[in-house]
Amino acid sequence: MTLNRRLVADWLWPLVVFGALAAVPALHVKIPKLFDQPIDSPGTLALLAACVLYGALALSYDVQFGFTGLLSFGHALYIAIGCYVSNIVITDLKWSFWQGVLIAMGIALVLSIILGYVSLRVGGIAFAMVTLAFAQAGAVLALKDPHHWTHGEEGLGANYEKLPKAFVGILNTKNLYWLALAFLAAVFFIVRWAVDSSPGRVWQAIRENEQRVEVLGLRPRAYKLQAFVLSSVLAAAGGIVYMLLYNGSTLDVTQPNFTLTLLLMVVIGGAGSRWGAVLGGILYTYLNNRLIAVGSSSTVEGLPHALRTPLEQPLFLLGVVFILIVVFLPGGLAGLAARGRVSGLRRIEAAVRPEADAA
Amino acid sequence: MSTFLLLTLTGLGLGAMYFLIASGLSLIYGLMGVLNFAHGAFITVGSYGTWWTSVHVFDGVHSTLWRWLASSLLGLLCGGVFAALVELILIRPLYSRHIDQVLVTVGLQLAFVALVAGIWGPDSKVVIVPRWLHDTTDVLGARIPNDRWVEIATAAVVLGLLQLFLRKTRYGLIIRAGVENRAMVQALGIDVRRAFTLVFAIGGVAAAIAGVLSGVYFNAVGPEQGTSLLIFAFIVVVIGGLGSINGSAVAAVVVGLAQQYTNYYGGSGIGDMIVVLLLGIVLLTRPRGFAGAAVGSRA
Repeated sequence: MTLNRRLVADWLWPLVVFGALAAVPALHVKIPKLFDQPIDSPGTLALLAACVLYGALALSYDVQFGFTGLLSFGHALYIAIGCYVSNIVITDLKWSFWQGVLIAMGIALVLSIILGYVSLRVGGIAFAMVTLAFAQAGAVLALKDPHHWTHGEEGLGANYEKLPKAFVGILNTKNLYWLALAFLAAVFFIVRWAVDSSPGRVWQAIRENEQRVEVLGLRPRAYKLQAFVLSSVLAAAGGIVYMLLYNGSTLDVTQPNFTLTLLLMVVIGGAGSRWGAVLGGILYTYLNNRLIAVGSSSTVEGLPHALRTPLEQPLFLLGVVFILIVVFLPGGLAGLAARGRVSGLRRIEAAVRPEADAA
Repeated sequence: MSTFLLLTLTGLGLGAMYFLIASGLSLIYGLMGVLNFAHGAFITVGSYGTWWTSVHVFDGVHSTLWRWLASSLLGLLCGGVFAALVELILIRPLYSRHIDQVLVTVGLQLAFVALVAGIWGPDSKVVIVPRWLHDTTDVLGARIPNDRWVEIATAAVVLGLLQLFLRKTRYGLIIRAGVENRAMVQALGIDVRRAFTLVFAIGGVAAAIAGVLSGVYFNAVGPEQGTSLLIFAFIVVVIGGLGSINGSAVAAVVVGLAQQYTNYYGGSGIGDMIVVLLLGIVLLTRPRGFAGAAVGSRA
């Protein structure tokens, strides 16, 4: 019976959710207020694809932040590597798409091992600053473009002749949506497998109390490096999806703010929770896009200037929401859901073992 | 030779701004264990406070020197008050939740930049400064822009005042002791919380000074300027050793000079790389930074 219940929680729910999401492009309906255009229109599907991709990117960040307790400000570096390297290979070098994927993933793997090894020499806040510095180096490299590969501020449009045919053209937006969704599902199951594996349990132990792990005779640094590398490699894969979705690479993905946005998503959704991070990514991206529309809507236009200006800035509103969640709702949206569940469990526990209360 | 001299003084000018930002960051981290991302907002408060008061309050003042000085002074005041309010309202309720404190400052920084860009637009603003600051002085054949002297002198004065404050006053003593061992200071019955607000205010003023000077150095103030300075200040803090003012000063000079020399002799952008490389080397050989204060001992 317990086995069945686990099977339901582990496989049935994710499959139902991802299956339902996969059916979205078949919906020819208009949802007023939420979306401007019908669900199956390319515009709405592109927004939904972006939401799903950011859900996956947020989850990749959660591997190190939420599950291992590593606060990195340099996650964007690996997304940028996936996004730029794959693009440079197909556009500047004119090699095949799959070579681009392989090279990008290879570089991300090697670089995350080296930089992870160096930055994990320090812990806590210093680690955050060091990862930020490395990411900044990447951002400067992409901006200054010494080898004329990244095209600096212009960004690098992808050479569409080398892209898989299924992902080119506005009519194929639904394929891009399915690609983003497949990527999210893959990241979801990989992260679950990793976090539930025995090293994954050590990651979570490190998050709770690193010294205790050390006392148990384990070397936390090796485990932290594992989490960092897995998280970074998933990010690089996400960067490749990003390149396909946006038809190229822009400097946005290299900026420190890109990492900070992922951090906001994960914390809003709930750090250390798979569904929380995914939900945070999807919700944040959706609001970030829709709030611009709300900001220019007629209701807001009618407001006095002092009120209108903040409402026109999605990042301001989301930043304020984020602060409120950190202060008043630790655990984010997922924590809100879990709170009910935990108190339920406690009630059951108290009923079964009355002495547990006294202890 | 003259190029070298120009590069040296420009590097020192840049290092001066890094130091002004890093000193506050370092003190705040040393005492409270908070990585203060909102320091970028303090810089922006200083630079925009100066620009705004210069345009709206002191627009009748004829002497550009007095106009600049008066508006800068108000800019610094804004920076200090803003920083103290941030500590009281946002940081104080989250004591002993270090990561959450960092997250709050991150959110504040992002929201604040968006707000400033929303109110005054994403474009840079030109601050009216005395003409003299943009003139040059001949030193051994090198034409040095005068603002470099002001930046270097200001940073030196701030360093001196900070040292004086930390060594000669009662609060300075509490802060130094708190950086060493906060639990012990509390155990002695001293309320360190007032010291927390104080280091935020001091850090805010120092960052606002950097904001004012960056308006002169870059010839304009922009909403994103604080963030880009902040990243190098972080590097300076780590290289110098978290919690050490002197370490920050030395590291700021090293980073500023290394950046200028390599950007000129190595090519644009190389300087930023060199600085990050320097950080990597310092971490590999001396993970605690120049000053050897306890890095990473706090989560």
